Amino acid sequence: MRLLSKAWIIAEKDFAIFRKKKSVIYSVVLLPLFVSISLPMILQFSGGSKSGGIPAEALPTVVNAFSFLFITGAVTLPTAIASYSLVGEKVQKSIEPLLATPTTEGEILLGKSIAAFLPPMAAIYTGAVIFMALIDSLTYSTLGYFYFPSWNMGVIMLLLAPLSSILSIEFDILISSRVNDVRAAQQLGGIIALPFAGIYVLAEASILSLETSNLLIISASLVTIDVILFYISKEVFRREKILTKWK
Amino acid sequence: MIDAENLTKKFGRIAAVDGLTFHVNEGEVFGFLGPNGAGKTTTMRILCCLISKTSGQARVGGYEIGNDLNSLKIRSIIGFLPDNVGLYEELSAYKNLDFYGKLYERTEQQRKESIERFLRLLGLWEKKDLPVGTFSKGMKQKIALARALVHEPKILFLDEPTVNLDPEAARTVRDFILELKKEKKTIFLNTHNLDEAQRICDKIGILKTRLLTVGTPEQLRELFRSSKTIIQLEKVNDFIVDAVKSQTSRNALIDGNRLIIDVASGEKENPKFIEAIVSAGGHIQYVSELSPSLEDIYLKIVREET
Repeated sequence: MRLLSKAWIIAEKDFAIFRKKKSVIYSVVLLPLFVSISLPMILQFSGGSKSGGIPAEALPTVVNAFSFLFITGAVTLPTAIASYSLVGEKVQKSIEPLLATPTTEGEILLGKSIAAFLPPMAAIYTGAVIFMALIDSLTYSTLGYFYFPSWNMGVIMLLLAPLSSILSIEFDILISSRVNDVRAAQQLGGIIALPFAGIYVLAEASILSLETSNLLIISASLVTIDVILFYISKEVFRREKILTKWK
Repeated sequence: MIDAENLTKKFGRIAAVDGLTFHVNEGEVFGFLGPNGAGKTTTMRILCCLISKTSGQARVGGYEIGNDLNSLKIRSIIGFLPDNVGLYEELSAYKNLDFYGKLYERTEQQRKESIERFLRLLGLWEKKDLPVGTFSKGMKQKIALARALVHEPKILFLDEPTVNLDPEAARTVRDFILELKKEKKTIFLNTHNLDEAQRICDKIGILKTRLLTVGTPEQLRELFRSSKTIIQLEKVNDFIVDAVKSQTSRNALIDGNRLIIDVASGEKENPKFIEAIVSAGGHIQYVSELSPSLEDIYLKIVREET
């Protein structure tokens, strides 16, 4: 409980700082909103609803690939926040007084992770609800049934999105130890989105099928990578290393 | 309250601090003086359990440093002001302090009282809701000092609290530290400012990787007493100089109408010089003793070490 209570105090402080940074708010809110509205619109204008531009049998593949874009959001959005949260502390030199308080490294790390995790996840879930509602309303007449909710979306939202968000945060912690500039951290943090973008392209090209079983395999791989990165980032996030070795 | 014995920190093969042994009593202000890179900040970071020691022992508030459980206890009883203020510029002064109060597990009431007390003492209560980013350097330093005190710690570690401040702001901060001294807080103060050390500290340690000397300002002055007698004359001539030199084998310099003479014991030798000068026809205006400043002592010790 103590771990969570101190971590929450740190996260709350970070939330208060983010509320003052409009660029962070825009980047977290706008991307999911854009994805959730624009992708159904693409279907609409490519004739997915009635005119038969996208045939009914091809619709699930396209919609699944679109759904996967929320994973890309789950990877990229925490970068915007984590960079401010960690590199920002370094730039403002506020990390040393924070480390001098009776908090453990785990509490600080957890607090920073919560701060970088919750707002993007809230934005992504909200976007996903809008996306599912729009897709259902646009494709019902073609498919004859409501496509969402589906097992695929369930795996994406409940497993893949949080896991890839955690991956992104852990990657940002590692980057934060090497850079002294928020923008540089954000740009480097974006690298982690590349494999997910690759999967999306493969799905759109019908090379990889984003069926539930494949999504579960990707989730299992992410769990493994997350655990490995957790231990590495925990090792990097040590008081002495932060004060003497972080750039 | 703070003890160190053979405390050593090495980064690779390089010793940042080497074999430090000192003791700071409860309610004492201990000043750590030293040039850049002497190891002052490293020592403070070790004592605040921010970095590990390589060897030796140290106790802060009765807790031995070096294990995680004690580190948490030590950090909960100390207040720390780093050399960079490190405030959250987007947050108000009150929110900055309240955040730290929460981390020190103070109740809401305790936090309210402490924050109001210190902000009023430092003359910043009226600005409590303004973002810290809009504050001057001196104001930020005061907020950082209040942050170190928000949980009412018994021991304070202050790393160059007046560095980069204008004279007025520096004076306010110094006066505030003197107020804390009256409250019997134990203060470990890193400083470059010799005048500050002289005014505030009960004990001073001069550090250059190793601890070169420790003592009260008076003890240091006594230890490095330069023993010079200054005799101001109406006019100095060769007869007078020869008469003085016949009484001593040490240096005797002429500076205008002043004679500056190195002496082993002023009480024993000064009467002889006076008698010799009067016999040589000199008219003495005054006799005084040259007392070394802390700056003289510091420079002498550090240069000797170099």
